Amino acid sequence: MAKSGIRIERLAKRFGSGDTAVLALKDANMQVAPGEVVGLIGPSGSGKSTLLKCLGAVIDPTAGRMILDDTVIYDDGWKVRDLRALRRDRIGFVFQAPYLIPFLDATDNVALLPMLAGVANDAARERARELLTALDVAHRAQAMPAQLSGGEQQRVAIARGLVNRPPVILADEPTAPLDSARAMAVIRILNDMARRFETAIIVVTHDEKIIPTFRRIYHIRDGVTQEEAGEGRGFES
Amino acid sequence: MISLAGRDILHAWGKFVFTGVGLGLLIGVTLTMAGVYRGMVDDGKALLDNSGADLWVVQQGTLGPYAESSSVFDDLWRDIRTMPGVAQAANVTYLTMQVGTGDADVRAMVVGIAAGGSGEPGWPPYLVAGRHITRGHYEAVVDISAGVRLGDVLRIRRNHYTVVGLTRRMVSSSGDPMVFIPLKDAQEAQFLKDNDAILMQRRRTEGNPEFNRPGVPGLVDAVIASQTSNSYVNAILVRLQPGFAAQDVAVPLRRWKRLTVYDRAEMEGILLGKLIATSARQIAMFLVILAVVSAAIVAFIIYTLTMDKIREIAVLKLIGTRNRTIAAMILQQALVLGVLGFVVGKIAATFAAPLFPKYVLLVPIDSVLSFAAVLAICVVSSLVAIRVALKVDPAQAIS
Ligand SMILES: Nc1ncnc2c1ncn2[C@@H]1O[C@H](COP(=O)(O)OP(=O)(O)OP(=O)(O)O)[C@@H](O)[C@H]1O
Ligand SMILES: [Mg+2]
Repeated sequence: MAKSGIRIERLAKRFGSGDTAVLALKDANMQVAPGEVVGLIGPSGSGKSTLLKCLGAVIDPTAGRMILDDTVIYDDGWKVRDLRALRRDRIGFVFQAPYLIPFLDATDNVALLPMLAGVANDAARERARELLTALDVAHRAQAMPAQLSGGEQQRVAIARGLVNRPPVILADEPTAPLDSARAMAVIRILNDMARRFETAIIVVTHDEKIIPTFRRIYHIRDGVTQEEAGEGRGFES
Repeated sequence: MISLAGRDILHAWGKFVFTGVGLGLLIGVTLTMAGVYRGMVDDGKALLDNSGADLWVVQQGTLGPYAESSSVFDDLWRDIRTMPGVAQAANVTYLTMQVGTGDADVRAMVVGIAAGGSGEPGWPPYLVAGRHITRGHYEAVVDISAGVRLGDVLRIRRNHYTVVGLTRRMVSSSGDPMVFIPLKDAQEAQFLKDNDAILMQRRRTEGNPEFNRPGVPGLVDAVIASQTSNSYVNAILVRLQPGFAAQDVAVPLRRWKRLTVYDRAEMEGILLGKLIATSARQIAMFLVILAVVSAAIVAFIIYTLTMDKIREIAVLKLIGTRNRTIAAMILQQALVLGVLGFVVGKIAATFAAPLFPKYVLLVPIDSVLSFAAVLAICVVSSLVAIRVALKVDPAQAIS
């Protein structure tokens, strides 16, 4: 399957119906190529989370098209059948808080995803260890989440997002709880990983520190996206 | 795939062990309650077995001798023994009372057994120490659960008895140890009045002109003699000759002797259906309550454990975990809790049973049934938590 990243066209999402209906997304357009990291910013209530949930196939858009690596996911009310498997195999998530599973160690937190997809335990753990090594937390591979620092947890969470080699990773304010040095480290890792695994990464953020690092930014206001050029500044803070 | 339930349990093992032990003690109580009931039934059956009788002949219209009082003349047994099909017939008396042992006393069932020897109906079938009663008076064979030793002296009413033999599992249907004494002594203990009462009655009889007639010498003495003698027993135990069915003997006995006769099955029906029926219902009620409480505990614990994991469950769903996998995780945890509880309960009940004053009989079938019940309860109680977990919206993981 050719890697072409993720594309959305005229995506709209309405919550509720009649008088109480809220049009959270009106006209969202976006195109992120493999290996690219883009920012998604906007004021509170503008529809960022809603867009991210649509991109993540967690909620269904009311209208518009979404295409992932040449596969049509949504098309004006039509959708692919197994969104759960789609999320598992082709979308990576990184959250504001790491949300690691507290009863699994770092390796198994990462290995769980390939296991859920039917990969044998050993092979899944091998893949997890590779990523943990790439993210520089291999020495904490056996630690439980509660024993990891915030930054280590976030790196394990990023490894989890990457482990199934999804064409797209959705990051929801991944740097919010981190100081600026660590925030920069996370952004650097995301950029590295995007290049290395040819992944399209969309980062929702409020974080003034990291906004200048994006080369391209989608600005969303009242459910309408607008593409802007970013500063694309280096992130070797 | 790794076991999510197993990992969670290992991670939060303290919580699980704590809850499991608590649940286990509850299950232990449940098993013990069932054991108490089984013990009562077994005591009842032991009582019937140990009497060595095939038929119980009692006062007409009564449920004697165990469930109601009954008295029949103590010379009837001769007539009964000559009836066709009867191998042995022996008088017996039963009286539950406080028996003095040194400075304390125990509740015991005093059994008066007719002279004859071991093998006679009513006699203890075997001894664990000492010998059978050989003298006509003031010797006793006592169940070991009364806490007496050979050579001890018991006090029953006004008389003292030397313990010459010990038995085991010879108890009344309420679990009181049996004290076997010679029939004559037992009749006295049951029917004889104290000296003051005898004196009083003698005065009354002498003062009654109907009895004390100047022209009839000896009448008053005869009346007094008949008043003070006691010629009653509670029942006659009958053993059948081989080849005779219980009803072959029971039917003519009822018709010609005007007595009530019970066979073994009927007697068991009386003991289980009447004597211990209320206690059995009481225990059944307890079992129901304990089951409900256990269910509530399991449900509550599994529910809280699940609520603690709502975020993780949302994340699991978001990253593509099947509902089935999540439901299985919760169900497995509930079952593990159940198994842990059952093991603890079984151990607790096994160790606690001998400490109970009455016989507690733990039968395997009760364990099997309660194990099944515990698992069923765990499944049902995990349903609430599973419902909550399945309703969790994966979108919740994205703020
Ligand atoms: N489930 C829902 N039902 C109804 N309205 C909703 C729902 N989710 C979001 N909305 C509405 O849609 C609009 C966009 O919400 P969204 O959560 O996408 O904003 P946001 O950009 O993420 O804001 P913030 O920066 O505060 O997180 C808001 O007006 C919100 O009230
Ligand atoms: Mg939001």
